[in-house]
Amino acid sequence: MAHRLSLQQYLILAFVSISVPLGDTALSHGMTSLPAISLAHPLTLIAAVFTPWIALGILLLIGYFASYLTALSWADLTYVMPATALGNVFVALLAHFWLHETISPMRWMGVALITVGVGFVAHGPASTTPPLNLPTPSSGAEDSPLDDALEGDADVEKEQVR
Amino acid sequence: MMQATNLIQPSFWQATAMIATIVLTSSTGEVLTAAAMKSMGDLDVIRARSGMKGAIRAVVTSPLFVAGIFFMAIAFFSLLFALNHMNLSLVGPAAASLTLVTNTIAAKFFLKERVDRRRWTAAVLVCIGVYLLAH
Repeated sequence: MAHRLSLQQYLILAFVSISVPLGDTALSHGMTSLPAISLAHPLTLIAAVFTPWIALGILLLIGYFASYLTALSWADLTYVMPATALGNVFVALLAHFWLHETISPMRWMGVALITVGVGFVAHGPASTTPPLNLPTPSSGAEDSPLDDALEGDADVEKEQVR
Repeated sequence: MMQATNLIQPSFWQATAMIATIVLTSSTGEVLTAAAMKSMGDLDVIRARSGMKGAIRAVVTSPLFVAGIFFMAIAFFSLLFALNHMNLSLVGPAAASLTLVTNTIAAKFFLKERVDRRRWTAAVLVCIGVYLLAH
């Protein structure tokens, strides 16, 4: 299992983190520029799907889900989660430097905590588990992925003792 | 689900129950999805071998993935239910940040990820950060 990620894999993680805020923004922009939709005419919601901003938002969110699933196939959930949270930081920075919105000290604090947290995770390995259904050699159970993981654990502990 | 249709201000326990339902169902959904993807192996390799259609087929025919989506759908509807009774500014950040912690615990015990001190620190920092940022 690769512990170091390739450039392409980092790009996928980057897309995971920015696609949700971008998609949500596109949806919000699209929906607020439409006239008010009442529950009496639910079909107007279907029509909204085909307006450019809503369609863009939906495409971004589909792209998010595809890249999120891809990332989970080679990285741990506890590695991908903080990457997803980093998107909130990008939004705050964009809102501040591009849209000149004011950001309260509490929110700056949130930006700082998420950034530090992501730094902690990014410094370690992307994956600490072998794939669950790794084709095991027919030689026997002693080569199961779980055993490899346990052996890995033992190695790490030895290194820490030294 | 509790009978709270006419409540304007849910009690502390009702609010807790609603948020807990969202957190637990979305965590279950995300961990099942992650288990599905982990068991599949590198999706980029699958796509290179059997094309985009093959990759999509591999994902959507996985029982773990279908179960994950099922729980995510329940989580979505419990979010809608909670939003009907509470403000987004409370439900959104609370659910998002608590899910980070439950996901980390579940990843350790069910996905056997090695959650060392570094990852625990990260989970707690990001959890507080998300709450502060979204609040």
